Amino acid sequence: MQSNILICGVGGQGIVLTSKLIAATAMEHDIPVMSAETIGMAQKGGSVFSFLRLGDDIYCPMFPEKTADIIIGFEPAEAVRMLPYLKDGGQVVVNTHPIMPVTATLSGSDYTGNEMLDYLQRNVKNVVLVDGNRAIEEIGSPKVLNMVMLGAAVRNGVLPFSVDDIEDTMKKTVKPQFIELNSKALRYNG
Amino acid sequence: MHKEFLMGNAAIARGAIAAGLNLVAGYPGTPSTEVLETTAKTNDGSIYVEWSVNEKAAMELGAGAAYSGARSMVTMKQVGLNVASDPLMSLAYIGVKGGMVILVADDPGPISSQTEQDTRHFASFSKLPCFDPSSVQEAYDMIQEAFEYSEKYHTPVLFRPTTRVCHGYASIEVKDKDEYKVNKPEGFIKDSSKWVIFPRLSYNAHIHIEERNVELSKVFSEYERNIITEAGDKGCRRGIATHGISYTYTMEALRGKSAPRVFKVSTPFPFPEQAAVKFLEGLDEVLCIEELDPIIERELTYICGKYHLPTKILGKLTHNVKTAGENTCATVAANIAEFMGWEKPAAIEAETPPALPVRPPVLCAGCPHRASFFAVKEAMKGKKSVFCGDIGCYTLGNAMPLDMVDTCLCMGAGVNITQGIGKIEPDTNCFAFVGDSTFFASAITGAVNAVYNQADMTLIVLDNSTTAMTGHQPHPGTGRTMMGEVVEKVSIQEVLKGVGVKTVETVNPLELSKAIDTVKRVSAEKGVKAIVFKSPCAVLIKGNKPAVIDSGKCTSCKKCIKTLGCPGIVLRDGRVTIENSLCTGCGLCSQVCPFGAIGGGEDAE
Repeated sequence: MQSNILICGVGGQGIVLTSKLIAATAMEHDIPVMSAETIGMAQKGGSVFSFLRLGDDIYCPMFPEKTADIIIGFEPAEAVRMLPYLKDGGQVVVNTHPIMPVTATLSGSDYTGNEMLDYLQRNVKNVVLVDGNRAIEEIGSPKVLNMVMLGAAVRNGVLPFSVDDIEDTMKKTVKPQFIELNSKALRYNG
Repeated sequence: MHKEFLMGNAAIARGAIAAGLNLVAGYPGTPSTEVLETTAKTNDGSIYVEWSVNEKAAMELGAGAAYSGARSMVTMKQVGLNVASDPLMSLAYIGVKGGMVILVADDPGPISSQTEQDTRHFASFSKLPCFDPSSVQEAYDMIQEAFEYSEKYHTPVLFRPTTRVCHGYASIEVKDKDEYKVNKPEGFIKDSSKWVIFPRLSYNAHIHIEERNVELSKVFSEYERNIITEAGDKGCRRGIATHGISYTYTMEALRGKSAPRVFKVSTPFPFPEQAAVKFLEGLDEVLCIEELDPIIERELTYICGKYHLPTKILGKLTHNVKTAGENTCATVAANIAEFMGWEKPAAIEAETPPALPVRPPVLCAGCPHRASFFAVKEAMKGKKSVFCGDIGCYTLGNAMPLDMVDTCLCMGAGVNITQGIGKIEPDTNCFAFVGDSTFFASAITGAVNAVYNQADMTLIVLDNSTTAMTGHQPHPGTGRTMMGEVVEKVSIQEVLKGVGVKTVETVNPLELSKAIDTVKRVSAEKGVKAIVFKSPCAVLIKGNKPAVIDSGKCTSCKKCIKTLGCPGIVLRDGRVTIENSLCTGCGLCSQVCPFGAIGGGEDAE
């Protein structure tokens, strides 16, 4: 069995860490894993993606368009940008909170995020909307957005893991004082 | 053996360590940087690791170590090899005693480079063997083999991964520590007939190199990584020749297919000629799927001529594969479908999405470079001036609204480009902007040249006390080394004074009016003068409290946004707002606001 996972958003949202956590969980379960992500000129505020593949007989970490089982979008427009990669019947889990680009401030763009969410809902059968802003307010830390998103993705059963599996790996990677916060975020279901 | 999830560059480092590495040196450059960084991080103290001042220094250091019987590695990106090409070309004639691998990462796209040059050309130009890995696992295994070949044939070898191999991650099989090779260098044995390059030696070495490469071509024809995958369909008379990451795209595209035959070329030089002849046997047409230049395509075309083979060779030269940019799973699948006469993957039919926001790279909120550029811009308002930029984060000073980089060519080039413009346009105020790491890497000779040859220009050194663009590596001005030592810093100001720059002033660019005055005063002098804008990289310091906008004073004139373009200031519902998650409280915007409406930015405790 193979799973193609695409995580996307804006630099600084914790996308690379999310990808690492899924990979580490795959390693725990002896599932071969490959990933590829944007590195280099993508600093804070740039579009960031991570391709992740789990399973046997994988040659390369990147996968072609129309083959992602799931897109985990940390930002509405970034999910739309990567939508051509979603396979027919694939799932999108998306944070509803938009992030304005610097250029929008300069040029007076009217991007609100809602047009992207409408587009996703019109074009994808299986969309899960996550109010990431409300989640991090309720949990009390902006740093756990990635765990909220990952928890929502895992709960929908597309990844070959349970929330418990992810939590076990998380406990081995984060500092002890942050375990509770991250567990809460993983299990957040607002 | 055990399994680990590693980045390609980390796998290369770990492979080199497993091969008994004694010394590694390099200069940072995407996509090569993590090789040296991983070596330093994994180092138990037995390996000497340094960020050299530039690639030429690294190459010479690596050569000296290998002369002494060490296993050495030097790391750089493709344009770095241009800088190191002088020692490279001669070293190819001299050879080495210990194994020496020259790691050069190429960047198809290009994603973060000036050029799409192909290091495989440098292999044939310098006549050095070259290894081209296709995956993270192969990179780990192959670098160990590269050291063996290097030592066996007493020659440095090139190891050439590309971005997608360097930055891809995979769970791979790696050796346990007790399986590592241990190399104890014998030391340098004096022999001037061997280590001193003279015309007679070069003539003899040239004969030897050509003979050796004929032999290596035969050896590489048997190398298990130059593999031919036979087609299941024996009647198929088509083949694909490919390499590197494109080989994996090819295999993905051929999943479940019984044809065509595939030739993976892992040693582009010396080209495995006998293996190629075997591959070409019985084929009518071959498609070469390559990134960067058509190296395999030219080699196969040559071999067809040499052996009178009727096979038609297709690829970039015949416009069957695009000439520039990186390949992807999709482009390779489309190339193969067309070549094989298969049904093309259906175009994706979808509703056109709404206009997507563009997120170009920008200088970070609080970046001192923004203040430096703005100070010079203000000081030169209304004056004829030219701003020559250089390689680093500060190349982003070209973006609107700053628009302060008129030229950018290669490391350290700005100093003498602005000198050249000044010689032709003497009425122009000539500026060169160079970062601190780039200054040490390759702008010092430019400064000497400008001083000696009576240039009239202002050299601006943007000193943020790190090599920011590539991920904050130390350099001679930072006072720490990759071995963890704290050492005396090399002073940029003293260097400039030492080479004859009479006026060298240092100012914090975030003290805006002082910075503007300094630029006005210093740039008015004749000759070469320098200003060091000193303020640490915003990513490395704990920022101040965010700026605060006094809504009673703010008239929404947006001057702060329109002049600075800082990502920390945004418009929300028509109001100018501070993005608290990004603002570092650097205070630049409060010095620009004509109404005194921006405060805050106090020291965070």
